[in-house]
Amino acid sequence: MAQHYRPGRSLLIFIVGIIGLLVWTFLPGDRHTPRLGLDLRGGTQVILSPSLPAGQTLSQDQLNQTVSIIRQRVDGFGVAESEVTIQGSGNGAKIIVTIPGETSRTVVDQLKTTAQLNFRPVLAIDYGSPKPSASPKPSASGSASPTASASASPSASASPTPSPKPSVSVAPELLIPPIQSKDGSGDFADRFSALDCAKSDILKGSNDIPAQYLITCQKDASVKYALAPADLVGTDIASATAGLPQQGAGGWQVDLKMTTEGAKKFADSTTKLSKLKAPNNQFAIILDGVVISAPAVNEAIIGGSAIISGSFTADEARALAQVLKYGALPIGLNVDEVQQISPTLGNDQLKAGLIAGGFGLLLVVIYLLLYYRALGVIAVASLASAAAITYLLFVILGRGIGFTLTLSGVAGAIVAIGITADSFIIYFERIRDEIREGKRLRAAVEQGWSRARRTILAADFVSLLSAAILYYLSVGSVRGFAFTLGLITFVDIAVAFMFTRSLVTRLGNSHWMNSGSAWTGVSPTRLGVKASTSEVN
Amino acid sequence: MASLSQLGNSLYRGDVSYNIVGRRKAWYLVSAILIVLSIATLGVRGLNLGIEFKGGAEFSVPVEVANDQSVTKARETVIAAGESPSSVTIVGGNKIRIQTPALATEASNALSAALAKSFAVDEANIKVQLVGPSWGDEVTKNALRALLVFLILVAIFLSIYFEWQMAVAGLIALAHDVLITVGVYALSGFEVTPASVIGFLTILGYSLYDTVVVFDKVKENTHGIHGGSRATYSESANLALNQTLVRSINTSAVALLPVLSILVVGVSLLGVGTLNDLALALFVGMLVGTYSSIFVATPFLCQMKERTAENIALAKRVHARRKTGDASEAIKPVVAIGAPIVSSAGPRQQQVKKPRSRRSGK
Repeated sequence: MAQHYRPGRSLLIFIVGIIGLLVWTFLPGDRHTPRLGLDLRGGTQVILSPSLPAGQTLSQDQLNQTVSIIRQRVDGFGVAESEVTIQGSGNGAKIIVTIPGETSRTVVDQLKTTAQLNFRPVLAIDYGSPKPSASPKPSASGSASPTASASASPSASASPTPSPKPSVSVAPELLIPPIQSKDGSGDFADRFSALDCAKSDILKGSNDIPAQYLITCQKDASVKYALAPADLVGTDIASATAGLPQQGAGGWQVDLKMTTEGAKKFADSTTKLSKLKAPNNQFAIILDGVVISAPAVNEAIIGGSAIISGSFTADEARALAQVLKYGALPIGLNVDEVQQISPTLGNDQLKAGLIAGGFGLLLVVIYLLLYYRALGVIAVASLASAAAITYLLFVILGRGIGFTLTLSGVAGAIVAIGITADSFIIYFERIRDEIREGKRLRAAVEQGWSRARRTILAADFVSLLSAAILYYLSVGSVRGFAFTLGLITFVDIAVAFMFTRSLVTRLGNSHWMNSGSAWTGVSPTRLGVKASTSEVN
Repeated sequence: MASLSQLGNSLYRGDVSYNIVGRRKAWYLVSAILIVLSIATLGVRGLNLGIEFKGGAEFSVPVEVANDQSVTKARETVIAAGESPSSVTIVGGNKIRIQTPALATEASNALSAALAKSFAVDEANIKVQLVGPSWGDEVTKNALRALLVFLILVAIFLSIYFEWQMAVAGLIALAHDVLITVGVYALSGFEVTPASVIGFLTILGYSLYDTVVVFDKVKENTHGIHGGSRATYSESANLALNQTLVRSINTSAVALLPVLSILVVGVSLLGVGTLNDLALALFVGMLVGTYSSIFVATPFLCQMKERTAENIALAKRVHARRKTGDASEAIKPVVAIGAPIVSSAGPRQQQVKKPRSRRSGK
C-alpha cells in the first residue's frame, strides 16, 4: 500500500480543493467574511421557553405557530439578519431570538407579549374633555363618532364631549385592571366614571376576559371606553396588511382578512353595529386590555374582509396590522435569558479573541520550528492551511446554513489549534522513532505514517464524538463551541492525510533531508543513531 | 529544545527510563490526596455559581477608571433605583459589574437607564444579561445528559478499539480529571458559568484524546509479548509511556500555549468573560488530563492486566528467565528499581543492538 502512495497526487487534490473553496467563497454572493454572532458585533439575544400549566404538553403545531408569530414580530423590527430558531421540542423547547446591532431595550417585552386580541362593540366613549359631565351613564353618553368614515383617531374628533367627572365614589379595588363585569350592570357605570386613564395601571396591560364587559383606555390615555363582551377574538383574524387605498385617496389603511369562522362572527357583529348610532356603531380593537383603535362601522361587512381606514400614518397602519395579524400567541412564554451586548463591546471581544488566537498560534509556531526544524516548517504550513480552510468554511457555512461565529466558537477554534498540531506531532514522533530504530528516512516516513494514522484517527474520533454529543445535547453558546471544534477536527484529518503526509513524503525523498543536517529535524545522528547503524535497514 | 530531543532518544531506547508503572502507589497517593481535597472543598465551600445558574440580572458598565468610588457609586445607584445589588465588582480595570437578583424587564430597563445616567455613559454600551432561574438548571441538566451519553459511547468505542480494561482505565482517568478540575474551581472560588461548563465538557474529550494516544502505544508494545518471556506487561507498558513521554510533553505544550494566550490576553483586554471562563477550565483540565493519562490511566491498566492468567504466566516466565542469569537479552528491569535509570555508559558507547521492533513481534 505504501508503495503505491503518490504524494504528488494527494497534494494536487488538496490544492484543487482549496482553490475550489476559495472560488466558492469569493465568487458568488456578497459576503466574504464569516457571519459574526452577536457577542462579537453587539446585539440582543433572548432565549424564551414555553410556560404551560402543569400536565399540559406543547404540540409541535403550537410551537411552530408561536415561532412563526415571534419571527414575524422580529421581522417587524426591521433589523437585517435577525434570527429566530427553535432548539429542542415539546415542553423543553427553547426559542432563541437573535437581533444584531443596537436594539431598543423594550425588544424583549415586545417579543414575549402573549397579546390577547379582542374586538368589542363600544358601549360608551369618554374623550376626557375637561368639561363636567352631565350624564354619568355610559350607554347614555352622547359623544359623536369622530368621522363618518371609520376612524379611530381621537384627534379627528372635534366635537366636545360630555365627560363624566371622576367624582363618583367607587371602591379603589374596583378600579384595579382589568375592570370587568359579567353583565355590565350594577356599579359598572360608576366605575367607568371614576376611572382616570392617566392615573390608572390599565395601560400596563391586563388579562382581558373576552366574555365579560370591560372598561379601559386608549393606548395614549386620551380616551376611555366602556365595552361589551367580545364579538371576535385574535384567532379569528387570518391576515392583516397595511397599505394605501387603491384609489390613492386618503391616508394609510389596514386590510383585514378573517378566517371562515371569523368572517361569520364579523358579519353578525357588523350587521348589528351598523344599525346603531355613534358611538355604539364602533368596535374597539383591544390588545391586552388596552384599546389600540376603535373604528366605526358604516355597513355590514359580509365577505370576511374589511378595511380599517382613518388618518393613519404609515407607521401607525403597520403597527396596527402587526398587532392584528400576530397579536395572539397560542402559549405563554418565559424569558430564560436576555443578553444585550453593545457593538463596542462586541468589537472588543472579537479583537481580544483574534489577538489571543494569533498570539497562541505564534507561540505554537515558534515551538514547532524550534523543536522540529524542517519538519516544523511543514507543521506550520499545515497549521496555516488548516486555518485558511477553516476560515473559508466559516464563510461558506455562514452563507449556506447560517453558521454564525460566536466568541465560544472562537474559543473552540483556539483549542482546536492544539488538537490539530498534535496530529503532526504524533506523526513526526513516529518518524523519529523509526529513525531511532535505524531506518532510513524514506522508510521511516512510510512506516511512521502507517502507525501514526491509526492513532490520529482514533484520537480524532474521540474528539469528534465529544463535539457531536455537545452539539446535539446543548443550547446556545455550547453549540457554537462544539460545532467549531468538530469542524476543525475534520479539517485536521483532511490536512494531515492529504497535505502534511504528501509534503513529508516529498521532503523525505529530497537529498537535503537525507543529508543528516541538524536542521532537518530528522538527523539520525541527533536522534542518537550512529552513522554505521543507520545503514542497518 | 535539543536537550528534549536528546531525552526523547534516550527514553525511546530505554537508556533513560522513568519507572512510572512501578511507582503507581505514589501517583495514586498524589491523585487520592487531590481528589479528597477536591471533594472536601466542594462539600465545604461549594462552587461559586454564576448568575446563569442562580438566575438574576447582570449589568456591565464601562467606566474610565474603575475604583472603590465607582463601585460605591454603582451600589448607590442600584439602591436608589429600588433594587438590591448582590454584588458589585471591578472587572478588567475599566468596567463595573453589577449583579442583582432576578429583575423584570421593566425594572432592568429602568436600572440600566439609571446606571447610564449615573456614570454618564450611553445606555447602549451597558451590557445587560437577564437570566431566568430555570435556565441554569437547564444548562446543568443538558451538561449531565451530554456527559452520560458521552461516557457510554466512549466506553463502547474504547472497548471495541482497544479492550475493556483500557475503557475502564480511560474512564477512571477521566473522572479523575473532571473531579480535580471542579475541585480547583471550588478551591479558588472562580465563578462557574456556562462557558466553564463548556470547558469541563471539552476536558472530557481532551483527556480521552490524550489517553487514546498513550494506550495506542501501549497496545503496540504489548502486542505479541505473550509469545516470549522478555518483559512483563507492566514493563512493556512502562516502555510505551517513556516512548510517548516526549510526545505528551510536546502535545501539552502546543495545546496549552493557545489556552494560556487566551487567559493572558483575555484578562488583560477584557477582564472576565466567556473566553477566560473557558480557558481557565481548559488550562487546569489539560494539565490534569496529561498527568492522568500517564500517571493514572496506564498504571491502573497494568494493575488490571497483571491479574489476567496469561500475564501472570508471562510474569512468571520473565522472572524465571532473569533468575537463570540470561539478563543480557532481557529488557532492562526497570520495574524492579525506583529511580530513573541512567545507564552508566553513555548512549554512544552502547553495544549496537538489533532494533527493538525487530525483537518483539509487531
